Amino acid sequence: MSIQEFLIPLLAAAVIAGTPILYAALGELITERAGVINLGVEGIMLVGAVSGFMAAVTTGSPWIGLLASMVAGGAVALIHAFLTITLRANQVVSGLALTIFGTGLSGYLGKSYIGIPVEKPFSVVPLGPLADIPFIGPILFQQDALVYISYVLVVIIWYYMYHTRPGLNLRALGENPAAMDALGLNVFYLRYIYVVAGGALGGVGGAYLSLAYAPSWLENMTAGRGWIAVALVIFALWNPWRALMGAYLFGGIDALGFRLQVLGIHEISPFFLKMLPYVFTILILVFVVARHKGRLTTPGALGLSYDREER
Amino acid sequence: MNRLKFKLEKRLTPSPVMVFIIPLVSVLLALLLGAIFLALTGEKPLTVYKIMFEDSLGSKYGLTETMVKAIPLMLTSLGVSLAFKMKLWNIGAEGQLYMGAMGATWLPLTFPSLPVYLMLPGMVVLGMIAGGLWALLTAIPRAVWKVNEIITTLMLNYVAILWVDYLVYGPWRDPQGSNFPFTASFVEAARLPGLGNTRLHAGLFFALAIAVILAIVFKYSRWGYSINVIGSSERAARYAGMNIKRNILLVMFLSGAIAGLAGMAEVSGIIGKLQHGISPGYGYTAIIVAWLSKLNPLAILIVSVLFGALQVGGYAVQVVGVPAAVATMLQGAILFFVLGGEVFTNYRVKFSGQKGEKLSK
Repeated sequence: MSIQEFLIPLLAAAVIAGTPILYAALGELITERAGVINLGVEGIMLVGAVSGFMAAVTTGSPWIGLLASMVAGGAVALIHAFLTITLRANQVVSGLALTIFGTGLSGYLGKSYIGIPVEKPFSVVPLGPLADIPFIGPILFQQDALVYISYVLVVIIWYYMYHTRPGLNLRALGENPAAMDALGLNVFYLRYIYVVAGGALGGVGGAYLSLAYAPSWLENMTAGRGWIAVALVIFALWNPWRALMGAYLFGGIDALGFRLQVLGIHEISPFFLKMLPYVFTILILVFVVARHKGRLTTPGALGLSYDREER
Repeated sequence: MNRLKFKLEKRLTPSPVMVFIIPLVSVLLALLLGAIFLALTGEKPLTVYKIMFEDSLGSKYGLTETMVKAIPLMLTSLGVSLAFKMKLWNIGAEGQLYMGAMGATWLPLTFPSLPVYLMLPGMVVLGMIAGGLWALLTAIPRAVWKVNEIITTLMLNYVAILWVDYLVYGPWRDPQGSNFPFTASFVEAARLPGLGNTRLHAGLFFALAIAVILAIVFKYSRWGYSINVIGSSERAARYAGMNIKRNILLVMFLSGAIAGLAGMAEVSGIIGKLQHGISPGYGYTAIIVAWLSKLNPLAILIVSVLFGALQVGGYAVQVVGVPAAVATMLQGAILFFVLGGEVFTNYRVKFSGQKGEKLSK
């Protein structure tokens, strides 16, 4: 087997495996940029995965499934927003509650959908002439629609954050909400928007798993990807481009482990190959944080609830 | 039209009444929400709750099962509560439980002929060390570089479960077990004694002992006090000359060790071998139990029984076709309500237009 024959399918698989993490990480990225940490991503993804799947099976359209996953993801994120923004609850614990709640809710709703196939999942659509570019084409442009949308989304979020006025406000919201308040912007309202939007993206990440990656519903099918997405946001230093690269890096590790199993590399136990993404997440997190000596570009007000009277 | 507006006024000290009322009301509200949800999805809420209650608290067998599930919950909750006191978010109790079970299992598999007075204490020590070291893996980067321990402890849960799977599917698999994923059964000396003629076992005394020790440590000892200070203000603790790094390492190790003991108690007291899937998520439920108990060790004992019942009830309702996940959902909902309710403990809620608003401070 030539190196190309090994590498191209591997990198294409890395993009696929990275896409659900990318969506979830972009959602968490804008949430955290607004100053709210949401550790419920895992639960949000599961709820998104199951509701997207249910809607797609019922209506026969993956696009309606996608819409359902966004609504569901946004809705459960709204609980987090209400608890942490309005009631000033502890963001860490609220996020953990959301993960536990989402795990239970998705398991409950999805029980009768286990083992059912989805009629029309998102399938590969070669992107015209781009798909014929040697090497790059088969990796980046022979994918499904959700992968293409994620490319566009990264560009949009990047442009929004660094080249528009509301984007500047978003970044300031997580750095210094009091200053935003003084400028007459409604900190509470804006944070609600970003938490819910972030949840909707987390829902899409889940739907990618149940409607494209492995079109089916399985309890706990996210298998920690929501948490990897949270780690990825730190790795990405809250920058969407770095999130994209990081997601494909994680996707690559995931895909590599899987391909080694398929190739029948029996010297390494499949259990160790399955550990790879988790171990890798820890190592890369330690590496990035240690390299910056703990002084990351973390949004200054991340994790703190905003109280006008404590300005 | 008058819009209903409210504002929150911080209380100087948490309202003592609310500390007790909030958890109770939260559980009731979560059950109510669950009932509405069950009804909406076509189930009969009262029947479901009746089965959950009767099978977990309504019979001798149910009560025993509830207590059996409460033991690992007590231990893992005590473990995480210790870390939470210092605002160390150890959410890796699940993995620490698995590693503790593994550490404890190693002894009877390797030295099956040890006498009971060496075997059981040895398993306790090995289980605690294994769980503690597993937690320490995340404490070191946390102490040195402030690497977020939430993510690392959680990631290690997956690694620990896969590691135990590797062992029970591979090198530790029972040669006579016809390929099932479990180790050989422990010798009698490696089994914790049962209480009476039930599945209840001596692990309960581990939980009681640790709860009492922690309660005393936090109430009377200097060290317990310094943990509290570090938890409420790291800066103040540093000015007071407390060694924060050393305490991070120590507290995480102990936290993991207690969760590891839960794993030891499960394999030695209940299962009698190490196998795939020894915990249905005790380590995650522990987070809720710890928070609901306000990190109070004695409250943890009581709340664990309630959550043990919820767990047993969740299994029971499967008989009538309701997914067991309903129990997990209720757990999450309870925590939501507790969190939401805390606003009443820490703040006074004032509605605008309310009389005397301008006068009150």
